[in-house]
Amino acid sequence: MASTQVNPTRMELTKQKKKLATATKGHKLLKDKRDELMRQFLDLVRENMALRLKVEAGIKAANQNFVIARAAMSEETLHTALMAPKQEVYLESSRKNVMSVEIPAFEYKTRTADENDIYSYGFAFTSGDLDDAVKSLADILPDMLRLAETEKACQLMAAEIEKTRRRVNALEHVIIPEAQANIKYISMKLDENERSTQIRLMKVKDMMLEETHHYSEKEAGYAVPVG
Amino acid sequence: MYKVAVVGAYDSIYGFAALGLDTFPVSDVQEGEHLLRRLAEGDYAVIYITEALAADLGHELNRYREQVLPAIIQIPGVSGNTGAGVEGVKKTVEQAVGSDILFGDNQ
Repeated sequence: MASTQVNPTRMELTKQKKKLATATKGHKLLKDKRDELMRQFLDLVRENMALRLKVEAGIKAANQNFVIARAAMSEETLHTALMAPKQEVYLESSRKNVMSVEIPAFEYKTRTADENDIYSYGFAFTSGDLDDAVKSLADILPDMLRLAETEKACQLMAAEIEKTRRRVNALEHVIIPEAQANIKYISMKLDENERSTQIRLMKVKDMMLEETHHYSEKEAGYAVPVG
Repeated sequence: MYKVAVVGAYDSIYGFAALGLDTFPVSDVQEGEHLLRRLAEGDYAVIYITEALAADLGHELNRYREQVLPAIIQIPGVSGNTGAGVEGVKKTVEQAVGSDILFGDNQ
């Protein structure tokens, strides 16, 4: 299927051969990349799902605790208690390179040295349920950050896998067959040209010999004067 | 140095303030859209957003899907889990593999 027009020349043949070699090599590399990405992605996405289920269950439990805490306190007290947080979370983000996909890696720091310094209120006016609620939420924070990291990584890798898969398919089903067809077309054309040149030469040679030696006249029985 | 934001209805997110995450209560979609854009351009590396709000901001979330930062993560709100978070993970599998072969039936 030589849909695009190519010139049947030796130069074009060399070009197409080079293209085919590059495409084949690229196809192999991209296929390897896709397979490896997929392997890592499947591991990561399983972890992602497990973390997500864990975090969602944790948040659900924490929300229940908060509802209970709210029931035992007035709205104002609750707002005041949580108004000025003591703790602050900072993230240090670095980038990890997995098969040329940049994925973020987070490391979190808290403002105060003690990670459990989360109660931003005096205990006089709040119920004990609020302490439990805040604690339950604090317990899932590391998992939540880990979830953010893996989920983002999964999304980025999924996008890259999709892209790589398209490239592999394009090479496999379009570029490589096209180059092969072009090479076949050019070499056939060149062979054909060579054959026709050969035949022409043979014909010319026959004609020239005929002119010098008059074979056909001899065959017809004429006496040829001997030199 | 990045920070962590939590966006959603006040009732769903006020607890996170105690942990030191920045909470941004949002009541309507328009406000959420602007806020999300502002946060994403600011120095927030992780933005947790409640599933209820995320459902209305689908197109906004997609813009940040292929950027390294910020990571926008859906969390269930106080009114319950809508399953959108799990759905999102399934969607990444679908995008990568072609069909959901991992979690297709066990959820």
